[in-house]
Amino acid sequence: MHAPLDRPPFTLAGCWQGARYTLPLWPSIIVFANAFGAAAVQKGLTLEQAMGLSAFVFAGASQMVALEVWQATWTPATVLAVTTVTAVINARMILMGAAIQPWLAREPLGRNALNLFLLTDANWLIGTRYNAEGGRDVGVLFGAGATLWVIWVAATLPGYLLGSLVPEPKRFGLDLVLPIFFAAMLIPLWKGWRPARPWAVAGLVALAVHALVPGYAFIVAGALAGALAGAILG
Amino acid sequence: MSGISEWIAGPWGAAFAILCMTIATYLCRASGVVLMSHVTITPRVERALRALPGSIVVATILPLALDGGVPAMAGLVAAIVAMSLVRFELAALLAGLGVIALLRAGGL
Repeated sequence: MHAPLDRPPFTLAGCWQGARYTLPLWPSIIVFANAFGAAAVQKGLTLEQAMGLSAFVFAGASQMVALEVWQATWTPATVLAVTTVTAVINARMILMGAAIQPWLAREPLGRNALNLFLLTDANWLIGTRYNAEGGRDVGVLFGAGATLWVIWVAATLPGYLLGSLVPEPKRFGLDLVLPIFFAAMLIPLWKGWRPARPWAVAGLVALAVHALVPGYAFIVAGALAGALAGAILG
Repeated sequence: MSGISEWIAGPWGAAFAILCMTIATYLCRASGVVLMSHVTITPRVERALRALPGSIVVATILPLALDGGVPAMAGLVAAIVAMSLVRFELAALLAGLGVIALLRAGGL
């Protein structure tokens, strides 16, 4: 048994590079995790439950929404409800995974399984940008994900114990850091007007779904429409 | 069934809920990669995959920008312009945050 020749590299240097790419996002991740910890106290979660959500679910928007339907006493129906809400909000990750699959295709199964546990919006975006510019080191994706995980879990704790450290994150625009980061990423992804036509379809469908359907369904609907448009328009 | 209901209502119910959320989220994280590994990459699929990252980005930010009003829209535009000029994420982030903070401070 030997690694296929076209297996992409996975180096420690790549991991560090991925970790460095997350630096601009640290303030907002810390503030967001902090706010989650503080909100978890108010909803009556124990410290173990709040930390468990951050460590194992590790998906901010779905953790916040889970707090809205959190129960003091659980029933099979309420567990099913919170699981469904979580799956719906995180369904966008299915498409993110699909988009980077060609990059990860030759990775060993165990390493891929761990790497995908750490997949979030931010490290997907970092990896996608790196990959779009020709980078192949899978360590970049892993390093970024692992770094974000450590910060996310660590910053949940002071939020739970001490309350929110930044009382008005909106004043500094910190609620919009991830959309800003996403928007900036359009530049390295830009390959001209023709390849961007599917993006316009994605945007229009997302806006329409957002106007008609509550929740985050607009991301998946818009992205799927964009991929479909790409397949048809070329 | 009542045994399961009683157990879920007990002290382990919350841990069970977290476990279910963890599994659901992990399935979302892993299933796209697993699914695509069973799809033959035809030219059509390749075109769809090529359009996907940008489509995810645009589908995510357009509705959020609209919800955020003028400051959010101006902030995202500032970030895109800054990124196209200097190709450096931190500069784009600071430009976007700066514009949003200024406009919000101005009451928009």
